[in-house]
Amino acid sequence: MLNYIWLGLMAIAIIVGALNGRLPEVTNAAFEYAEISVNIAIGLIGIMALWLGIMKIAEEAGLVRLLARAIRPISKRLFPEIPSEHPAIGAMVLNIAANWLGLSNAATPLGLKAMEELQKLNPTRDTATNAMATFLALNTGSITLIPATIIGVRVSLGSSNPTEIIGTTIFASACATVFAVSATKLLQRLPAFKIKEEDLKKASENDQSKTEEAD
Amino acid sequence: MFEKIITIFSTWAIPLLLFFIPVLAISKKIKVYETFVDGAKEGFEVAVKIIPYLVAILVAIGMFRASGAMDIFIKLISPLTDLIGLPAEALPAALMRPLSGSGSLGIATELMVEHGPDSFIGRLVSTFFGSTETTFYVIAVYFGAVGVKKTRHAIPGGLVGDLAGLLAALFICKLVFG
Repeated sequence: MLNYIWLGLMAIAIIVGALNGRLPEVTNAAFEYAEISVNIAIGLIGIMALWLGIMKIAEEAGLVRLLARAIRPISKRLFPEIPSEHPAIGAMVLNIAANWLGLSNAATPLGLKAMEELQKLNPTRDTATNAMATFLALNTGSITLIPATIIGVRVSLGSSNPTEIIGTTIFASACATVFAVSATKLLQRLPAFKIKEEDLKKASENDQSKTEEAD
Repeated sequence: MFEKIITIFSTWAIPLLLFFIPVLAISKKIKVYETFVDGAKEGFEVAVKIIPYLVAILVAIGMFRASGAMDIFIKLISPLTDLIGLPAEALPAALMRPLSGSGSLGIATELMVEHGPDSFIGRLVSTFFGSTETTFYVIAVYFGAVGVKKTRHAIPGGLVGDLAGLLAALFICKLVFG
């Protein structure tokens, strides 16, 4: 899927750019975005370290497990394949809570921590699990109780009621989340999206050859 | 009232977490400083691991934006969006949303400058912007951090969510502001 989308975006860009006489802009954009990508990643290092440190403390103190236990009635439906007190659940709950409160500086590191925990349960290593896709779906809906960025823009443009979009935004993002999760749950059963037998086999062979260096 | 409560929550959430987690931990005789440093060590590794994935996705999207292909795409599907009553002007913001956060915010801002933030289009793009995430960015970063290359159904699932968010935004804005 990503193979076709990725190639498609670039191929269309080059063809249309050539027809529009915008090839120099397309080239510049390629270099510019390569640099932006690195800046984004570098910018993450500090907050990533902060939250991973705090999460480690919370984990050792048993707080993450406590959180996971509290959310069990919901989590066992959304993520039936994850043991109910696994740290992945705690990290996912914190990520979603941070999203709700619009704390994006905390949400991304916590989300990545959750992915790391989910990866520990992944038998295939380079292929997404059902739990990962469901977690991503929960994230793309991104319910935010106060959409601060867009409210800021509305304030600066002199809106007479900048926050009037809060209610409509919560409704729309709730719909987006429900549909994304349902679609993900349905799609995971399609043959086209099944984990390939050969990937599973390859994964188990790899595991046997390097059981020593498991983390 | 609702906004006030949420704002208070947002202001207090992080300070309280940073206070209570270590305090609770130390009461359980955990060496908080050493544990923190131990966890934080991974921060660098995770951030660097994301770079190749982010470069791949953002470069492709950046090229696509710069080429002007979006305009052609919009012309192609505008008959369809007319059918459901989505204003043609709002379409670029909607299409850009899953691809680029800054791009779609830029388009939404331009639209609000042009039509006013309190116009129907202004309210619609505001609602739409806040209601979904930059799906491709999230996928690149989240899967990149753990080295997952085969994303299976994650992208179609996310895009269904984006589409549902757009339609729901249109529906609720017509109902409330229309």
